Amino acid sequence: MNMVVCCKQVIDPEAPPASFRVDAAKKTVTLPPSISPVIDPYAEYAVEAALRIKDAQGGKITAISLGTGLLPDVVKKPLSMGADELILLEDEAFGTGDSWTTAYALAMAIKRLGDCDLIFCGRQASDWDAGQVGLGIAEILGLPSVTLARKVEVADGKARVERVTDDGYEVISLSLPAVITVSNELGEPRYPTIKGIMAAKKKEPTVWKPADIRVEPAQLGEAGRRAELVKLFQPVREGSCEIVDGETPEEAAASLALKLREAKIL
Amino acid sequence: MSEYSGVMIFGEAKEGKLAAVTTELLGCGRRLAGDLGQELHCLLVGGDVGSLAQEAIAFGADKVYVVSDPLLEAYQADAYVLAAEKVARQVMPQILLVGQTSIGRDLAPRLAFRLGTALTTDCVELALDPTSKLLLKTKPVYGGNAQAVFTSEACPQMATVRAKAMSPLERDDSRQGEVITVEAGLEPSSIRAELVERVAEEVEGVRLEDAEVVICGGRGIGGAEGFRQLEELAGILKGAVGASRPPCDNGWVPSGYQVGLTGKIIAPDFYLAIGISGASQHMTGCSGAKTVVAINKDPEANIFREASYGVVGDWKKILPALTAKIKELMAD
Ligand SMILES: Cc1cc2nc3c(=O)[nH]c(=O)nc-3n(C[C@H](O)[C@H](O)[C@H](O)COP(=O)(O)OP(=O)(O)OC[C@H]3O[C@@H](n4cnc5c(N)ncnc54)[C@H](O)[C@@H]3O)c2cc1C
Repeated sequence: MNMVVCCKQVIDPEAPPASFRVDAAKKTVTLPPSISPVIDPYAEYAVEAALRIKDAQGGKITAISLGTGLLPDVVKKPLSMGADELILLEDEAFGTGDSWTTAYALAMAIKRLGDCDLIFCGRQASDWDAGQVGLGIAEILGLPSVTLARKVEVADGKARVERVTDDGYEVISLSLPAVITVSNELGEPRYPTIKGIMAAKKKEPTVWKPADIRVEPAQLGEAGRRAELVKLFQPVREGSCEIVDGETPEEAAASLALKLREAKIL
Repeated sequence: MSEYSGVMIFGEAKEGKLAAVTTELLGCGRRLAGDLGQELHCLLVGGDVGSLAQEAIAFGADKVYVVSDPLLEAYQADAYVLAAEKVARQVMPQILLVGQTSIGRDLAPRLAFRLGTALTTDCVELALDPTSKLLLKTKPVYGGNAQAVFTSEACPQMATVRAKAMSPLERDDSRQGEVITVEAGLEPSSIRAELVERVAEEVEGVRLEDAEVVICGGRGIGGAEGFRQLEELAGILKGAVGASRPPCDNGWVPSGYQVGLTGKIIAPDFYLAIGISGASQHMTGCSGAKTVVAINKDPEANIFREASYGVVGDWKKILPALTAKIKELMAD
């Protein structure tokens, strides 16, 4: 079983909300330098889904990260969790794209790798929250796909996937090769072991440039993208919170109830 | 762009009626179509969806395209995307809107890639640029810590739109419109990812998405038992219980309870957050709530930046007293 997991490096989505800043001119969101980037949390669930299949029946897992300014300690996390290889699509040209250019470059990298049975992505990357790249890869490669997986099993050349829905889940059966995007309902990704971290340190990632995967400049960055980001801003929070006090917690609770009643909220 | 004209809504059915999000999209689509001086289309795809066409017209559609086929009975991505692609290529709308639902978030990206256009998902606001007339698509990004406005010159201009972000028109059954039937032309072999089974979790009482009162618990609740107390208060106020992600991930409550970016979008009148820190990914799911009230032991918790009223302290002491007092007040 040959598996690929697409893992994006993102700024920490769970940093305190007050620490997020928007640079309106550059149209970027930043965090203080003390808060290090992370592998997108949903990509970690995707790595976990692949590892569970590897645990059950063996196989090889290749992680691919596309971006600029990739940090070894961050992008090597899938290796330390148990993935076998790491490919970095790192080049300035990969920088200013959109879901299209990203899906295209990843699809071309997967093509170059060849002989791949399962491709995993997170359900959405926690920076732009678009949820498009996984399905884009499937469309570009002409593969069947399932989104929002909470369980993935492989038997007899088919994947059986439980997909989260608004009110439960559905079971979907699809032939391989296929693309699967993974949701947090899958269950906690494993922690890297010391052994895993040591092995990851020693492993050299493969770096591919656009030419290595036969991606023309016209399909990258500004030239290739179809969506234009025209504005980025932080919505203003109005409102101030009235903290309701009391001698005891019980008193505070009672006066909260009265206040809500007065304000006709109850 | 000139060969493209009209605004198309991808409609969804729920319990034999148009889904609420579809009526909201029709309301928004009507406004955009009016501003462009173009028609509003609704696309209905399903096993037998013709009966919903009049409802779509009553909510604002000028033309309804109906694709009924046994292979479209339940949502299967491969079949639905083929049907939607066929109609989109035939009608060539300038704007194509889909709900950010379980179906929409799965269907819309596939369709956008097939049509070679750009999609913006999870939009909360749509407007036309006054000069270029391009669709300005606003969506929360970075888990709700910022908002982005996207445009695209590729047609159709596509967006998925969040539930409750738009307002439906008043239903008007005297409205006239045209219903056009389109053959799906599907083969069983076009379905590569096959639906085997659907499992729905039963909900008792008010549905979370529809509730006017939501009592929501977070990691601070500490376990499944704690949620019994939230249920008691929800029962008194005829509301629903919700949760942030950790209680769902820990199995204290079913995953359908999750409120937020990747859970349910709610807009109740009264939202009580108990033991919830107020992460952006959670708050973006309840930003439509009229009054947010928080109980949290940490006075610095972000939730107090979002709430109108708050009590600082241990919920185990506060909630029983709050419930008792509310019971007393409600009895008056
Ligand atoms: C891409 C992405 C998508 C996400 N989508 C969602 C989503 O849809 N919905 C969602 O909810 N989260 C989502 N999350 C997770 C989110 O970032 C937060 O991690 C989560 O909302 C935190 O839940 P919480 O507030 O319950 O837990 P915590 O942040 O751990 O907060 C617990 C709070 O409980 C308080 N507390 C503890 N004990 C007590 C007590 N005895 N009495 C009173 N207060 C107490 C603490 O002071 C603390 O503030 C997402 C994250 C990412 C990265």
